[in-house]
Amino acid sequence: MQTQASKRQFLRTAGIAAVAAIIAPRMAGASPADVAAEIKKLYGDKKIESGRIKLDVPQIAENGLVVPINVEVESPMTAADYVRSVHVFAEKNPLPGVISYKFTPEAGKAAASTRMRLAGTQDIVVVAEMSTGQIFSTRAEVKVTIGGCGG
Amino acid sequence: MANPVPRVRAPNKAKAGEIVEIKSLISHEMESGQRRDSSGKVVPRKIINKFTASFNGKTFFEADWQPAISANPYQSFFFKATESGEFKFAWKDDDGSEYTSTSKIVVG
Repeated sequence: MQTQASKRQFLRTAGIAAVAAIIAPRMAGASPADVAAEIKKLYGDKKIESGRIKLDVPQIAENGLVVPINVEVESPMTAADYVRSVHVFAEKNPLPGVISYKFTPEAGKAAASTRMRLAGTQDIVVVAEMSTGQIFSTRAEVKVTIGGCGG
Repeated sequence: MANPVPRVRAPNKAKAGEIVEIKSLISHEMESGQRRDSSGKVVPRKIINKFTASFNGKTFFEADWQPAISANPYQSFFFKATESGEFKFAWKDDDGSEYTSTSKIVVG
């Protein structure tokens, strides 16, 4: 009885270890599904439209450590109708989030530039929320020839 | 590491209603928490996680930075100048420190 139980215990532990070993390499990075989950967490099942967002990223980045990204969202930027927030995600980085912006009508223009790290070739996803409640999204692929995270 | 040094390029003059671009840069390693040192230990995360731009005490632009933001982070953004006053820019570090920079603008 004792040996049966411990054998079972051993098999269970070994089984978990084996599964973990298979999953572990995948857990090292985000996936397109993680980005979709993040967006769902933010906006639930709200309708996401295309358009309004201009996303500027290089098609090919030679250095994944420093990839320029410029986002501009078309909006009158008045108190009644402005861009409230913009979120940027990378589908295959160790973590899906890159940057989140909060805009106000005082900014006059919903545009911002920064530089990001990309672990490899992947899609960049941008989601913008208007003060009116409308949500827009766009994406673009960046081919990275040298990885930017931990390399 | 040396203390982070912020640098901001903001115009000091503008016409009323003009939309001006502001560019900022700060020296910081932005340690992502994803790297391992030579002994295989994860190097703990230490990044600037928030940038805030305000004018005459009112925040008009904010950016939440993730570890995916490059070292020596650059950020540009816009502001619609309607009156003279003072900008304040603030960078918040994971360790709780805050780095700030101010600049004045004359509108007319």
